[in-house]
Amino acid sequence: MKKYLALILALVMAFALVACGSKNNTDNKIKIGMVTDVGGVNDKSFNQTSWEGLQALAKADSSFEVNYLESKTDADYKTNINTFIDEDYDLIICVGYMLADATREAAEANPDQKFAIIDDASCADLPNVACLMFAQEQASYLVGLVAGSVTESKTVGYVQGMVSDSMNLFGIGYITGVLEACPDATVLQYNANNFGDSAGGATAAKDMITKGADVIYHAAGGTGMGVIEACNEEGIWAIGVDTDQSILAPDHVITSAMKRVDVASQDISKAVKDGNFKSGVHMYDLSNGGVDLAPTRDHIPADVLAKVEAAKAAIIAGEKTVPTSTADCPAFTLDD
Amino acid sequence: MTKKKTFLDVVSTNRFIHTLLAIILGFLFGAIFLAIMGLSVGQAYGRLINSVTTLKGFSYVIVYSIPYIMTGLSVAFSFKTGVFNIGCEGQFVMGSMAAAVVGILLGDLPGIVLIPLCFLAAMAAGALWGAIVGFLKTKWGINEVLSMIMFNWIAFYLSNFIAGIPAIHNDGSAEATKSISEHASTLLSKDLIKNMGLAPTANWGILVAIAMTVVIWIIIEKTTLGYELKAVGANRYSAEYGGINVNRSILLALAISGAMAGLGGALQLMGMGSRISVFSSQEGFGFAGIVVALMGCSNPFGVLVAGIFYGALTYGGSKLNLVGAPTQLISVIVGTVVFFISISVIFENLKRIKTRAQRNAEAAAMRRAEEKEAQK
Repeated sequence: MKKYLALILALVMAFALVACGSKNNTDNKIKIGMVTDVGGVNDKSFNQTSWEGLQALAKADSSFEVNYLESKTDADYKTNINTFIDEDYDLIICVGYMLADATREAAEANPDQKFAIIDDASCADLPNVACLMFAQEQASYLVGLVAGSVTESKTVGYVQGMVSDSMNLFGIGYITGVLEACPDATVLQYNANNFGDSAGGATAAKDMITKGADVIYHAAGGTGMGVIEACNEEGIWAIGVDTDQSILAPDHVITSAMKRVDVASQDISKAVKDGNFKSGVHMYDLSNGGVDLAPTRDHIPADVLAKVEAAKAAIIAGEKTVPTSTADCPAFTLDD
Repeated sequence: MTKKKTFLDVVSTNRFIHTLLAIILGFLFGAIFLAIMGLSVGQAYGRLINSVTTLKGFSYVIVYSIPYIMTGLSVAFSFKTGVFNIGCEGQFVMGSMAAAVVGILLGDLPGIVLIPLCFLAAMAAGALWGAIVGFLKTKWGINEVLSMIMFNWIAFYLSNFIAGIPAIHNDGSAEATKSISEHASTLLSKDLIKNMGLAPTANWGILVAIAMTVVIWIIIEKTTLGYELKAVGANRYSAEYGGINVNRSILLALAISGAMAGLGGALQLMGMGSRISVFSSQEGFGFAGIVVALMGCSNPFGVLVAGIFYGALTYGGSKLNLVGAPTQLISVIVGTVVFFISISVIFENLKRIKTRAQRNAEAAAMRRAEEKEAQK
């Protein structure tokens, strides 16, 4: 029996030996750390997009070193942020408004540490936090125009992941666009109250399809995967969100409302390198390419595309504004 | 006659050695995967060890291990009493939500009243969640594993529902509950944390976990109740024949087990999270408890050690991608460990087969010798 104990101890020591003597040296690189929300780094949405943006940045410019830490639970946010602080990272990018409280706490405790947070403006008062915001209502408005123009049944659908001020902007923009292109259209709306329930998304989409919807837009992360799947099965148009989602169903995703989270993370990283990091709100909208229609536009009829481009130009020129409050869009009913 | 013990003898009879071996095999498998992926084994494991052996790192490990110790105790207790508490996940969720509700709504009470109140609420909620399943089992014979898995989901959605109630829901944009009152926090004082260089979330919940380890050990080993529960676990029919109320025992076992999980939820909330987010997927503290109970050989003190080990893996593992290794490596290691612990039955059976074969051979040899004698 002692013999086996000795054997095991020897093995453990061998491991310990192997484990020693490795030290990665990081010479004067700009270190960018990204903390994901509980969606993880392969969420086919925000986390993934911003990580891909950072990877591309590090590939193009070798003076950057980029890394990410995944959060498994809500309690991991603080730990992960603090890990990067302990490792002397130059910039910590927190992905998503769920990290707002943890970011505020860490930013107040570490005034010399630079932070950036995506999709949250509540930390805009702190001198060391850059809030990367997106005018999601503008992109949603454009896809709403597309939906209102291509619908034949005059019924379109909309699935939202959660009801909150920031999420409601998607719905408000979309519905405004739909009604502008087709004033007597019906917009079926559904709040999934979940960003990860793809089966629930599929059920909601099928329900809308039976009620006559022939275009469905989703702003619901993983739940939206089910929406797109159902549209693909039933042969109607789906509209993707955040990234160009046409790869999910090339024949049935007519377009996507893109948020260039990757560009935003790259911009703020470069600003840190160049020494012109600015705190406060950084707004990404149509005028600086922060939001836009996805590059895949093959399914959109030419006249519709022209209409969309005209609307886009009008917004950029300031001749037109997309509403941002539910008061200006009474047809949006999810917040009731 | 003193016989030399073979490898099989040791592995099949000594569970401690067996578990240790399983853990080492787990790390070996992890190393093989790292090698296949072309990553440096030394760098990955070095990072793992370095990040948990500093004072700050170790305080993180302790903080991370608290919920795992509690859910591990919960599952281990249920193992001892013959039920398989796979509903630990739901009890944990219910416990933390109960503590959150008390910690938010009664936040003005002083800590000395509020903290015990949170603990009690959490234990009651966890115990209730376990006892309902026990009731279904004893009253109508519904298999506890099935109803527990369903109860995990009921707890999941109930928690999301409660988090959405205006009085509980976060005032800001976060999809979560409000933060619990500072009076309900188990965090160490900010100065102490700063001066000692501990983790910012260092809290005294570990003391509660250790105390509960001792309590569970006493219940199992030193009380009539524990004796009855163990008897039911060993063989419910003989226990019934011996005059033990089996239904009451099962109910109690599940309630105590649930209370441990619920308390774990409270400790996690009051020390680490301070709020509960609207879940999009199960957080898995309860399921991890099954692993911890297995690694701890269902012994309360074993669970304590195994919980800390699991906490170290989780915390250290979360940093692996800083050196380019995937954090999923930890799942590979843990999965392998569970696999090798679970197949202990094979070693035991192998030993039985071997012993039987030996005995048969000896008997045959003896018979032959007797026959020879008779021929003479």
